[in-house]
Amino acid sequence: MGLLSKKDAKLITDPLADNNPITIQVLGICSALAITAELKASIVMAVSVMAVLAIGNVVISLMRNIIPSKIRIIVQLVVVAALVIIVDQVLKAFAYELSKTLSVFVGLIITNCIIMGRFEAFALANKPWQSFLDGIGNAAGYGLILIIVGFFRELLGSGTLLGFKVLGDPIEKTGLYAIGYENNGFMLLSPMALIVVGIIIWIQRSRNKALIED
Amino acid sequence: MGLKNNLHNFKEKNKDKKWIPGFNALFTFLYMPNETTHNGTHIKAADDLKRTMNTVIMALVPCLIFGMFNAGYQHYLAQGLIESANGFLGASFWTLDNLVVGLWKVLPLVIVSYGVGLAVEFVFAIIKGHEVEEGYLVTGMLVPLIVPVDIPLWMLSVAVIFGVVIGKEVFGGTGMNILNPALTIRAFLFFAYPTWMSGDKVWIHGAVERDQMIAAGQNVDAISGETILGTLAQGKEVAYSVWDMFCGIIPGSVGETSTLLILVGAVFLIFAKIGSWRIMLSSVVGALVMGLIFNGLVSAEVITEGSKFYGLMSTEFWHHLLIGGFAFGTVFMATDPVTASQTNKGKWIYGFLIGFLSIMIRVFNPAYPEGVMLAILLMNVFAPTIDHYVVQGNVKKRMKRLKAKTA
Repeated sequence: MGLLSKKDAKLITDPLADNNPITIQVLGICSALAITAELKASIVMAVSVMAVLAIGNVVISLMRNIIPSKIRIIVQLVVVAALVIIVDQVLKAFAYELSKTLSVFVGLIITNCIIMGRFEAFALANKPWQSFLDGIGNAAGYGLILIIVGFFRELLGSGTLLGFKVLGDPIEKTGLYAIGYENNGFMLLSPMALIVVGIIIWIQRSRNKALIED
Repeated sequence: MGLKNNLHNFKEKNKDKKWIPGFNALFTFLYMPNETTHNGTHIKAADDLKRTMNTVIMALVPCLIFGMFNAGYQHYLAQGLIESANGFLGASFWTLDNLVVGLWKVLPLVIVSYGVGLAVEFVFAIIKGHEVEEGYLVTGMLVPLIVPVDIPLWMLSVAVIFGVVIGKEVFGGTGMNILNPALTIRAFLFFAYPTWMSGDKVWIHGAVERDQMIAAGQNVDAISGETILGTLAQGKEVAYSVWDMFCGIIPGSVGETSTLLILVGAVFLIFAKIGSWRIMLSSVVGALVMGLIFNGLVSAEVITEGSKFYGLMSTEFWHHLLIGGFAFGTVFMATDPVTASQTNKGKWIYGFLIGFLSIMIRVFNPAYPEGVMLAILLMNVFAPTIDHYVVQGNVKKRMKRLKAKTA
């Protein structure tokens, strides 16, 4: 571990598993349910949140000694809002089609509980470098779940991955469809995303009993 | 040393083995175990969980047998090979040909439902190290009765796995589930594979196949079998008489068409004190009230012929009891003791709302032609809340009485 000290590395690895923002802290569920019907959207969302959270954490951390604590929520909101607008504009410029499907949810990154949660819980009390790592780690943990959910939902719901027809063509009846397989329409509805997240939580807690709370 | 003793010794010898819950399940299914409860005072009664479950299954058997005949009957009738039976005892209904088609199509559904469901139960029992629970016995019989006859078997198995694991096991197994497992399975199928669960093709064996043959360019006649609800939702004339609806000689899911035999089952369940007559009665009342409201709207000319709701709203209010899965859902699903309300007052509210909402969903939402499934699932979720307020209301009443007495 030349680059990162052990403590710093933990900031990144912890949120990936035992302190995952979605499955353990149960934050950011709304976007996890709303945009995971396609893998591509999940990945873009994960990257956007990572950009906002990492930069936002650094900004808040730099300002942590000059923000009056009474108005800190408003200051945090201004920072997130500014960053989200930048991300939104970047998406519009370079991935217009995708930004249309994601539109409202990119805007709603502002209200993603993970971001405010990390600002409050970490950035306000830590140095910029640690805050940056914490931002990357938490966004990665969030993105990991998003991508897992997106993978299963797109594969089972539409039979595609990133738009490629990996299971064959449902109209031409090739591949799996030739033997009677059909797409599971339920997978494309948000309730199924909740169930998939639930199953991930189930598996995680049955592997690590320490995570089970009474 | 009889067989029973041998089996009992075998059980004792292998007490610590991992697979023993699986053995016990089969063993206690056939024999009463040689064990007595060790502590406390107990009432000795014959109606254990298995007995209860078996009673419900007995009540379902007439529907199942009728469903087999009906599957064959609808199949041949749609092709024009036999004449309409005109009533329950019609000569062209109770024929061996009909039964053979029915057996061929319905028995696999039963076998898959039980096979997959019990396999999941056994796996969970062995993982968790507890006895296999009997909860699936009734669910396994209900499931084949509430799906269209042509549903592909793999879809049924996927749905059964989903229903048993997500609907029941994650909550802690039999007796702990919030939603009725059989309806969870049906809801899963409905949302996952809507083309196999609704429309005018799936209710009659062979209709989908015919459709594919026509699409492939073969020269055969299309057959279709719209359910009565589907026909009404489209505002068309219904081709079946009220007597046909009551007897159940109509297209629909396998076992839910015959209101007559469901009534027989209901009487049996009430007589055996397994099903709650309060829920059944209040649900029927709820449906009639909603039906009357809709009839009233039509006769007050709020809804006129042009409206898309006209067909279902102008249906005579008591016909709603005969068509669709309402009767079956009310008798066999709404009364599920685990997911229904527990208090007597709660049962009245719970049942009434099921009936009321069933007809409302039926009429207002053309995407869900049958409302009873969603109505019951919704009320399952609310059942604990209803019970809570009934109990709290009772507590308040008695507190008041106590205050009045002591003051």
